[in-house]
Amino acid sequence: MKLHLGREDESASSNQLLRDDPKFAAPKIAFFQYITVAVFLFLVTGFWDLQIRNPEVYQERALENSVKSIPVLAPRGKILDRDGRVIVDNHSSFSLYLSRENLKMEHLRPIAEGLNLDYDGLVARVRRFQSRGAPQYEPIAIKEELTPGELAFVDSHKDASTFPELEVVRVQHRLYPRDGLAAHAIGYVGEVSEAELNTPEFAHFHQGDVIGKDGIEREYNDQLMGVDGQRRVEVDSFGNERHVLDDKEAIPGKNLQLTIDLDLQAVAELTLENRRGAVVALDPRTGEVLAMVSRPAFDPNLFAGRIRSKDWKDLLDNPDHPLLNRAIQAQLAPGSTFKPIMALAGLETGVINDNFHISCPGGASFYGRFFKCWGKHGTVGVHEGLVHSCDTFFYNVANRMDIDDIAHYAEMVGYGHKTGIDLPHEAEGVVPSRKWKIRNFREKWYPGENISVGIGQGATTVTPLQMAAAIGGIAIGGMWFQPHMIAEAHLLPARRGEVNLENIRKVIDGMYGVVNEGGGTGGRARLPGIEVCGKTGTAQLASNDLLKGTAYGLTHKDNAWFVGFAPRENPEIVVAALFESGEHGQLAAPIVRDVLKAYFDKKARLAQPQPQIARVPTNLLQAPPPLPASVAAVNP
Amino acid sequence: MPGHRSIRDFDWLMLVLVCAICALGVLQIFSATRDTRFAEAWWKQAIWILGGFLALWIGTLIDYHTLLAQAYVFYGLSIVTLAATFAIGMTVFGSRRWIGVAGYTIQVSEFVKLVVVLLVARYLSELKGEQLELRDLLKLAGLVGLPMVMVMIQPDLGTALTFVPILAVGVFLAGFRWQYAVAILVIVAVAAPIGYWVVLKDYQRTRVVSFLDPNQDPKGSGYQVIQSKIAVGSGALWGRGVTKGTQTQGRFLPVSQKDFIFSAFAEEHGFVGVVVALGLYFLLLMQIVQNAQTASDKAGMFICMGVAALLLFHVLVNVGMVVGRMPVTGIPLPLMSSGGSNIVAMFLMLGLVNNVRLRRFVN
Repeated sequence: MKLHLGREDESASSNQLLRDDPKFAAPKIAFFQYITVAVFLFLVTGFWDLQIRNPEVYQERALENSVKSIPVLAPRGKILDRDGRVIVDNHSSFSLYLSRENLKMEHLRPIAEGLNLDYDGLVARVRRFQSRGAPQYEPIAIKEELTPGELAFVDSHKDASTFPELEVVRVQHRLYPRDGLAAHAIGYVGEVSEAELNTPEFAHFHQGDVIGKDGIEREYNDQLMGVDGQRRVEVDSFGNERHVLDDKEAIPGKNLQLTIDLDLQAVAELTLENRRGAVVALDPRTGEVLAMVSRPAFDPNLFAGRIRSKDWKDLLDNPDHPLLNRAIQAQLAPGSTFKPIMALAGLETGVINDNFHISCPGGASFYGRFFKCWGKHGTVGVHEGLVHSCDTFFYNVANRMDIDDIAHYAEMVGYGHKTGIDLPHEAEGVVPSRKWKIRNFREKWYPGENISVGIGQGATTVTPLQMAAAIGGIAIGGMWFQPHMIAEAHLLPARRGEVNLENIRKVIDGMYGVVNEGGGTGGRARLPGIEVCGKTGTAQLASNDLLKGTAYGLTHKDNAWFVGFAPRENPEIVVAALFESGEHGQLAAPIVRDVLKAYFDKKARLAQPQPQIARVPTNLLQAPPPLPASVAAVNP
Repeated sequence: MPGHRSIRDFDWLMLVLVCAICALGVLQIFSATRDTRFAEAWWKQAIWILGGFLALWIGTLIDYHTLLAQAYVFYGLSIVTLAATFAIGMTVFGSRRWIGVAGYTIQVSEFVKLVVVLLVARYLSELKGEQLELRDLLKLAGLVGLPMVMVMIQPDLGTALTFVPILAVGVFLAGFRWQYAVAILVIVAVAAPIGYWVVLKDYQRTRVVSFLDPNQDPKGSGYQVIQSKIAVGSGALWGRGVTKGTQTQGRFLPVSQKDFIFSAFAEEHGFVGVVVALGLYFLLLMQIVQNAQTASDKAGMFICMGVAALLLFHVLVNVGMVVGRMPVTGIPLPLMSSGGSNIVAMFLMLGLVNNVRLRRFVN
């Protein structure tokens, strides 16, 4: 073309005048015009391609670019004590989420490196979300409790050209009391696990939900857990919100008031410090649990996020089994604390009466075998039998009774069944009977087995909660209320036992003697001005065969029990204490005494007119919320 | 001389087209910079445009022959100023292109384009032969090449390349042996790879790479192309409406008031808007070419065609870049992109075209 035009031009221009005529270039200018048309067509087809032929592709990508779903997490309800003091609170912290709308798998490695996360774990987690078919707008939490340094990393990398999937969300994190206070009763929260999601109980939760895993947190999860909201926002290329497309607010969980009294709980925790054991305090008139302690405890705050596998392993491998709630899960021989029930059973069945006395020379022989008593008690009636905890006396009672009668009274007070307390994983213990023997050992009951049952040994096992509930029911005259943890529980109808109040009075008198008479085994539970009744128990490890290799087979030392209530008339509180490997029941008595003292001291304090002084914040037991201090600096 | 010139001879159509394009530009700058630290850019642009009309008026008043007579003086001044840019220029984004004068920053290379247009017109119109001889061509290429290299090492490859179409169209119109053209093409073909590895800086190389395959470098230059294509594509037929484009408003588009303004425009005004805007540019180009055709002498014709070539090249490269059909070179879209030097220089050139038009009737 150029060539052709050139030749034409050459032939046409032979004189100088024509050479200066601008028209000489007319064909070339025309050529330029064609080029211009071509250029514009070239450009317009470019737009045609993008805007007319497949704009949806780009509109979708524009949407991916700019729309992010941000979870608005509902705070869980607080857990309060019976006076409305906060036991479990929430604190604000920052969690890092991956928005799945613009997630790129190849970003995971640098993100994991930048935040010190396990890369493989992260990938597995993302894949799990994808395989579950969770909706695209559900983001994935990948790190909790961001430090200022991590916040700074996220802030400088969340722009559109780096890792637009990063999203920091302010969340309310569980804040539990320090030192594992009431840890077992309250339980803990954690992210719903893959295995749990496959069970019907948890099927309605979503991947990533934080739910109650144990204790009150689990039992009342539906009430405590709010409904998460969600915000869809348009972000700019720096990852900053430009405007909100839609906003579904979170509905916070409801607060839950427990029957626990923080004052009693704290005292009970302290009395058990550095020991293995449990304390349960109940109001026998209602079944309200005033304190529930299990030691050793764990720190539920460890679970508040996603627990690190090392912490979890340490808890599982600990030989003292800190995760076990001994108050409702330790099934141990009640030892001599069973004697009041034996006495009641004997009196009710007429096997013994006021005139029934035996002589205790330090033991007695039954079925050709000598059963030792822990002392020599001379002539012993039912009162002395209880006060001195005379084994010989109760061997004789048991020997004269039918095992099924003993079982009947043991079950009447609540042994051998779950109390029905509103906590998960309650154990039911064992009440031996003929039926029980056949069912479990395919053998008939030998009368010789009665003897050790009489002193709370043999196959009999109870939990501390059962013990407190059983003795509490006797203390109020043969009525057993179902133990419960929350204040607004409807009072369930009590089980009324078919018992003669006269007989109950005799048992209570015996228990009063245990604490307050000379030679009583529970003298250490004595409190001036308060009529404390109680019973010691020193229990060998119940049927060692049964428990071999379990938590309680750790040691061969005897367990110490004490169960006590006060006052003698119209009792208001019953406390059962288990001191594992404590060897002597007397050593468990001070635990109960301290809790009873705390109860009555508080009652006296409240009865007196209070001087008008500034109120001390009642939730001193709480750790100050560990808010990241430099959040404002990082996120201006 | 001035007697025969009247206000009626003024190129009113060109003026209307320019006004329309500038208006679209100001609107788009307003939309793209809302809520950003450049929010004042739209009215600054409007003021620059007013200044541009003044420049156009000045460019019209002085007879272009007078200006052509001083072409070598302007050329010398350009070289000195470009050299000064190295000494006292301001470094922005790693490139020394601007010098500060009385609180304003001036991009010298924008005005050098104008000088190159004048230089090429003067040089080619003075040639006596019927065809351009190789010696003349090399001389002219050397004259244009000096400022071009100076701009290139600022470094500002995009602006440097804009000198090429001025020269090329001028040489083409002057008449040029096709054998030379072939020879030059061969030399370019050999030199290009060498140039690619030796002359181009790293960032320029990645721009070339990302043009060939934007997805290979989605975080760097390729990112701009991808985001631009998303913006254009999501505009569809009717666009998303002024201030409604998520790509523009979300600042996913890089420099959406400058180099990528047409991308923002395409997102918010759609294909229909694109056709209208490109139509305006097309008509403007045709009007300039028409002025070239009616010019009274070769010099006037060369001036008009130089301006047309420059404008066409700018539109091709800038708009082509927006749809991913041209590499990212970082040159603005004349009359729409925000920026003072560019606007004033463009208006001065349009003033020259008008200047030629007004003096088209030889007595």
